[in-house]
Parts: sequence; C-alpha cells; structure tokens
Amino acid sequence: MAQYLAMTYTADVDWWAPEHAEELAEYRKFGVDHAERITQSAVLHPTSTATVVRVEGARGGQVVTTDGPYAETKEALTGYYLIEAADLEEAVAIAAEIPAAWGGAVEVRPVIAAR
Amino acid sequence: MRAEHDTVAETVRVEGTRILATLIRTLGDVGLAEDAVQEATIAALGAWPVTGVPPRPRAWLTVTARRKAIDILRRERVRADKERLADLTREDVPPDHVVADDLLRLIFTCCHPSLSPPTRVALALRTLCGLSPAQIASVLLTTEAATAKRLTRARQKIAVARIPYRVPPSAELPARLPAVCGVVHSLYTTGHADHDVDMCAEAVRLAELLHELLPDQPMPAAVLALLLLTDARRPARIEAGEVVTLDRQDRTRWDTCAIGRGIELLNDSLRRTSGQADAYQLQAAIAAEHARAARYEDTDWAEIVRLYDLLVSVAPSEAAALGRAVAVAEASGAAAGLALAEHVPPNPRVHAVRAELLARERRYEEAAEALTAALAGQATEPEREYRLRRREEFLALARGCAHEP
Repeated sequence: MAQYLAMTYTADVDWWAPEHAEELAEYRKFGVDHAERITQSAVLHPTSTATVVRVEGARGGQVVTTDGPYAETKEALTGYYLIEAADLEEAVAIAAEIPAAWGGAVEVRPVIAAR
Repeated sequence: MRAEHDTVAETVRVEGTRILATLIRTLGDVGLAEDAVQEATIAALGAWPVTGVPPRPRAWLTVTARRKAIDILRRERVRADKERLADLTREDVPPDHVVADDLLRLIFTCCHPSLSPPTRVALALRTLCGLSPAQIASVLLTTEAATAKRLTRARQKIAVARIPYRVPPSAELPARLPAVCGVVHSLYTTGHADHDVDMCAEAVRLAELLHELLPDQPMPAAVLALLLLTDARRPARIEAGEVVTLDRQDRTRWDTCAIGRGIELLNDSLRRTSGQADAYQLQAAIAAEHARAARYEDTDWAEIVRLYDLLVSVAPSEAAALGRAVAVAEASGAAAGLALAEHVPPNPRVHAVRAELLARERRYEEAAEALTAALAGQATEPEREYRLRRREEFLALARGCAHEP
C-alpha cells in the first residue's frame, strides 16, 4: 500500500455557507464509502483567510507575511484527503469519486513514506 | 561489412526491447533494467560482428543482461533479496508467451493515461524502439537535455506514483487502447523521411507488435492497416527531391503487398466492430479507397467524401477537415472545396491545398500568394522544393506568359 494526497481544487467557496449543504453531503458520502482508505482529511476555509509566510534571507530572518492566497487562480485548494491505495490506478479510481473531480479537479500526489 | 553490422544492430535493438520487458518485471525497476540491457547490447555489438549473430540471440542477450544487472546491483551495493538474485542467475530463457505478456505490460505502462502524450511518445521511443535520447530529440525536434529530463521525470513518476506494470483487464482494454494506439499513430505522423532514424518503419514495427500481441482487438488491427496502406505509397511520394502529390504518383511503385495486407486487416477489424467505425478504421478505409484506384481518375470520390463526413463527425480534426475539403473539390468542383478549406485554421498544408484549388479556378495570383504563406511556415525539404516550383509556375501563369496546363 502506498499513500497519496488527493487535493481538491474547486471554486474558492465558504463551506459554512448554507447553500453548500447539499454538496457537502456528497463529500460526506464519499468519506463514508471510502472510510477504510482515508487516513486523514480536511476541508479548508476560503483563500481570503489565507496567510502566506516567508522568512527573508535565511533561518532567523525577518518573517514576512502576506494576506491572501499565494496564487490568484480560478480554482483554489479547498481541501484534501490522505488516502491509501495499492497503485496509481487505484488512487485515481478513488479520487475520481471525490465530488471536486467533476466540480473542479483533484490533484493526486504520492506521499514520501517516512521509514 | 556495413550491411552485416546493420543486421547485428537491428537484431540487438529488436531483441533488446523484448528482453527489457521481462527484465523490468524481474527487477521491478525500469532504470536498472534499461542499464543492464544497455550494457548487454554494448557487449553484443562488440562480440557479434566477430562471431556472427548467435543462433539464439535472445537467449544470449537475456543471460548477459541478467549478469550485467547483478554486476550493477553489486556495484551500487544494493542489497538485492535472494529471490531476485536467484532469478537473475538462471540460464534459461522465458518462453515466448511470457515475453509477449511482459512486452504488453511495458507498452501499457509507457502509454499510461496518467503520463502526458509527449511523454508517452518519448518513453515508447526509448523503451519500445530502443532509440537513444539524442535520436529521440532529433525526431521530436527538441534538445537531448530536454529529452533526457523528460525521460527521467517519467521514470520517476512511474516508480514513485506506482504506475502499475500490468496489462489492463480485458474490460478496461477499450478505455486504455486509444492511448496506446495514439502513440503508435503519432510516431508514424511525426516520422519524416529526412531523419537518420526511419520513424515510419519504427511505427509500423510497433503497430505489427501490438496487433500480434492483441490479435482480437479491432483498434490495433485498424492502426496497422492504416499505417500499411499509408506506407505502401511511400516509394512514390518523393521524386528528385520533390514531394509528388497523389494525382501525379507513379502507382506502379506502390507496395501492392502492403496494400493487400492493409485491406485484409481493415476488413478483419471492421468485422470485429459493432456499431460506429472508429477514426483509425475510417482513415484506413480512405487510404484503401485510394489504393484500390488503378489511376487517379478512377478514384471513387463520392465514397471518400462519405468516409470523411463520418471521420469529421467521429473525430473532428484540422487534418480531417482539410482532407474532406480536397475530396469535395474532386467530387463537386474546386469552388466547393475552396469554400470548405477557408474554414480550416490556416497552417502551411492548408495554404498549399488552397493554392492548388485556387489555381484550378484560374486564380493564379491568389494561388501564388497562398504558396508564399505556405512557404513561410515549417515544411520538409521535399515539400518546400515542390511548393517553390509551383509558385514559379503560378506566377508565370498570373503574368500570362505561360500556357495554361
């Protein structure tokens, strides 16, 4: 088994807004269907709440924070699932059931296993 | 001597691919297997010109590559597990059906949908055709460094993201075959005769292999039919450094053997298909129509227009739209063809076709202008030569100082 991080990229929405209740129910169904394979997951607040942190120069340098997302794009990172799968094909098959896959896109990345 | 060396090199390359596939499965590591096969082929290229090709070249290469793999593993101080080492010290050669299965695994891994199409093509050229990064770079019109980087990234993704090394189950084959057939077909279309590597021949070889491995699948049969029918015309396509258009080709130089096989394969492929013909079957059917006509005047243009109509609806592309415009010009007159060609996004080939159709309408000045536009873009040397000469002819006709053809 290998670990994959499936990151959901969708419209930059506020998941707490009531109009997203139905969509969230779909995500919940995905979570229940694949509970055995999901080790961790999270939903993120919109990018308007984001803070980009940089340290100037080297470690110990001045901490510079910027308000807002790192990149202005139409689709934003809105959540992630850490999933277990035998290989990429299985990981893709699971990721294809995350509602974000049709509302936006899901990026699947293999996780470096800490031994 | 040169011919003898070519036979050795050709055997090494073809057999090298087959043993690579098996070695990848044994080692579970594409890079290591490639290095081992590379070293074995170097050994063969050193030994065989002296001894001649041994009676069982694959066995020779297999055993040598296994030994090289052990050397590499020792050299790199990788602690190989005992089972793997036992596999590598075997002297026997896997039976043909095992080699065939391994090759199919390799093909489906190289053409996996999670790799980008250009990466699939580069990987196929490297692992399935055994070309060097420098040769691949020259074929794909890029640099050796860029090719090497692309190949390294691809291998890394295969290993790290765990792209499975297996043949998809038959239920998934229809979904996975288009990616594989697309690679084979684009190898042929990127193949230019003026490269030192005969890409067209490589593509035909791969298409043969794919059909041999999956004889019951209609799509590989159609791809092979299309390539054979297209390749059959190759001997007549260039003369005295100029490209010869279909209407002026010496049809006695067409390869009748390839045409016969192409038509047979196409019919076989169509018999195995229920419902709508796919893009490869339609393109092969168009090529077969041309092949059937003994003279250009005998071409059944109405049938070709019908096939292009289907092709444009099944798989719309600029090339299909342009082919349809030419067919309509032949079936219903140059003006009708021109009207369609105007709607195809311009590229050098579109300009060249427009030029010929404009000339038929005796609009020679515009024809020459269209060729000037065509000559501004990329083209092979024989295409360029032909277009330069045609432009001169059109300009002479436009000035009224030449007789009309």
